[in-house]
Amino acid sequence: MIEHSDSPRPGADRRRRLAAVRPRLVSFALMHLRDRTQAEDAVQEALAAALEKDDSFGERSGYETWVFGILKHKILDAMRVQKRQGRWTPLEDDDTDDAIERQFHRDGHWNPEARPRGWGEPEAAFESEHFWRVFDACMIGLPDNLARVFSLRELMGLSTDDICQTVGIKENNCWVMLHRARLRLRACIERGWLEEDTP
Amino acid sequence: MMKCKQATRLMSLKQDRPLTRRERLSLRLHLTMCGACRACERQFSLLHRAGERYRPDDEDEPSPRG
Repeated sequence: MIEHSDSPRPGADRRRRLAAVRPRLVSFALMHLRDRTQAEDAVQEALAAALEKDDSFGERSGYETWVFGILKHKILDAMRVQKRQGRWTPLEDDDTDDAIERQFHRDGHWNPEARPRGWGEPEAAFESEHFWRVFDACMIGLPDNLARVFSLRELMGLSTDDICQTVGIKENNCWVMLHRARLRLRACIERGWLEEDTP
Repeated sequence: MMKCKQATRLMSLKQDRPLTRRERLSLRLHLTMCGACRACERQFSLLHRAGERYRPDDEDEPSPRG
């Protein structure tokens, strides 16, 4: 944490709340940036900014929401840097994805062993620690670009148009990547969630 | 008749932009005949809701992150 002697000390309560939310912020940043150092840096910058601006926040409720909003901007900044560093490569048109080809027959129908099954009630899944462990593991297993686009769309809630502008890919490419990310995730989660349903 | 792989493309697209009338009709027709694709569509929509739950700013919901 960064402290400035000339700024008033944020309340102990605020500091406790920041410390409590920090692991979730790091794991959120990690999903987007796919780089632990960059994720830790983005969170550190967001927390420092939150402490500095603490006065302007006042006593409104939703402190975590506000801090998280700061983190989103830090993540987007870091992604623009990644884009400038050339860490973003759009998919080629003739690029095939074996993990997805395996789910379908050549004729375009589901392979029998890959046919989607029911996952039960979403609420039951969301209440389950096991579901979230599987979700995390499957996200980590995605190729970097697919994971980043999926995170921006579904975790951060950006439109595909905004994603294109942030990372410099065509919208059509974005839709193709999201389609692949979702098919890979659904297959991965189905394996982990239904077939290895033991602690 | 649209194939399952093509149907999953539309299901995914549906999470990102409104489908055109033609896309919507052909997807609906496929889904009435294909249980596996209906399951896939529920999975895509669960993934979407899981993403919303993942955001650390969702104070009204119990935290999935512990």
